[in-house]
Amino acid sequence: MPLYSEKVMDHFRNPRNLGSIENADGVGEAGNAVCGDIMKIYLKVDDGIITDVKFETFGCGSAIASSSMATEMIKGKSVKDALKLSNKAVTEALDGLPAHKLHCSVLAEEAVQAAVRDYCEKHGLNFEDLK
Amino acid sequence: MRIYADCAATTKMRHSAIEAYREAAETVFGNASSLYSEGQRAADTLFSCRKRIANILNCRPDEIYFTAGGSEADNQAIASAVRAGAGKGKRKIIASAIEHHAVLHPLQRLRREGYEVVFLPVSTEGIVSVDDFVRETDDSVALVSVMTANNEIGTLQPVEEIGRLCRQRGVLFHTDAVQAVGHIPVSTKDCDYLAASAHKFGGPKGTGILFARKGAPLFPLVEGGAQERNKRAGTEDVPAIAATAAALEEAVSGMEEKNRKILSMRERLIDGLLSSLPHSALNGSREKRLAGNANLCFEGCEGEALILYLDDLGIAVSSGSACTSGSLDPSHVLLAIGRVHEIAHGSLRFSLDEHNTEEEIDRLIKVVPEVVNKVRSMSPVWRDLNAGKRKFIL
Repeated sequence: MPLYSEKVMDHFRNPRNLGSIENADGVGEAGNAVCGDIMKIYLKVDDGIITDVKFETFGCGSAIASSSMATEMIKGKSVKDALKLSNKAVTEALDGLPAHKLHCSVLAEEAVQAAVRDYCEKHGLNFEDLK
Repeated sequence: MRIYADCAATTKMRHSAIEAYREAAETVFGNASSLYSEGQRAADTLFSCRKRIANILNCRPDEIYFTAGGSEADNQAIASAVRAGAGKGKRKIIASAIEHHAVLHPLQRLRREGYEVVFLPVSTEGIVSVDDFVRETDDSVALVSVMTANNEIGTLQPVEEIGRLCRQRGVLFHTDAVQAVGHIPVSTKDCDYLAASAHKFGGPKGTGILFARKGAPLFPLVEGGAQERNKRAGTEDVPAIAATAAALEEAVSGMEEKNRKILSMRERLIDGLLSSLPHSALNGSREKRLAGNANLCFEGCEGEALILYLDDLGIAVSSGSACTSGSLDPSHVLLAIGRVHEIAHGSLRFSLDEHNTEEEIDRLIKVVPEVVNKVRSMSPVWRDLNAGKRKFIL
């Protein structure tokens, strides 16, 4: 069996929403370079709806695929719904990840949370109320 | 056409080895332990292979033991020396910090079991110091184990000197020569044990060679038969051993000339990559390393992503990246030469042999920078480095 599912390889080879957003409404980062994975998520939010989202990732194939998938899953959603994105949902959407790569999907969830938190802080909203 | 540049991982079997395998499989299928002709023919083939390999390794045929791989040979050498030492109250083991896992893991287990295991540090060049070794050696040492050439960065260790000093002090010395045999001249003259692996020099997978000096303690890991003079039970894989002998003979013939060609390709590769990719560095000594090995770090990227994108472009290389090994810690070798974690995560190992071509080097020099730049452009670390939010290390 190959290491990664077709879905993971597709998102790795053709990452969705790769890049950054100038003057983003929210920016979140998760992970650290020492561990070998960093994800950064940029949000553009209009009226509580994520109208655009981009990511940058330093990490392995599954880290890139997880962040790509996460951006696809929250684009067009409300920030409130974005907070409901779980690592489990990301993993399932990728048709699974190898056990030792599950932390990549956790980082994707954390990066989204961090971006929404930043959005809240920048816009005077209470992050806890959104949750 | 794919480019295979991971010869340190494994090599394609040589035609001479495949032919030797086929011939032995067809003509000497007997069990080498059987008394009738088929068995005796197999025993004859086995003996002649043992002799041919002993010739190359500069030892007696009865000092060669066939195992199911390099790892087994390493394990057996360590287990034997440690068991013999324990009987004499010697419970200290010295090894380099950059040993292959086939040495490292048994030693880490022995440490957990209460043995004193000293891992000697290496320089930033990736070479162990003879002085450190001398300082650590005393009467309680059961075994010293230092690899001949490192599997990740290819650096050559002063094994002859350490071996000689061990001999003078009556300490058993083992060298994991898995990356060296068939690639550089290797002699068993100064060691008590030496491990080699056939698939690293164009032989079959699943065949290892353990040299154990006559008189050095040797205990079987696999019991249940008198094969290999009671030291390794199990019916010998005569065709694989015939293939191993053929592969080794071909590997060492014209070695110097082959190495010159490999070295010139390797040097061009290193120069090409370092000149087109800023913030990159070679890992380990440039001079004291195997001719085919080029291991480089590229700041701001992660190794696994590089490998997978390169694979899509038809290039097979490997990495000391944690992500490829199923652990989160990057290569112990890169850490030992002083690379910090975030740099060690972004490494690639190219390992060439005489089957690689100048055209392949041209393509590597063109494609690898494209892929490194692509992965860097996706990386928030690279962005921060260039924005001055993070300091470049390389």
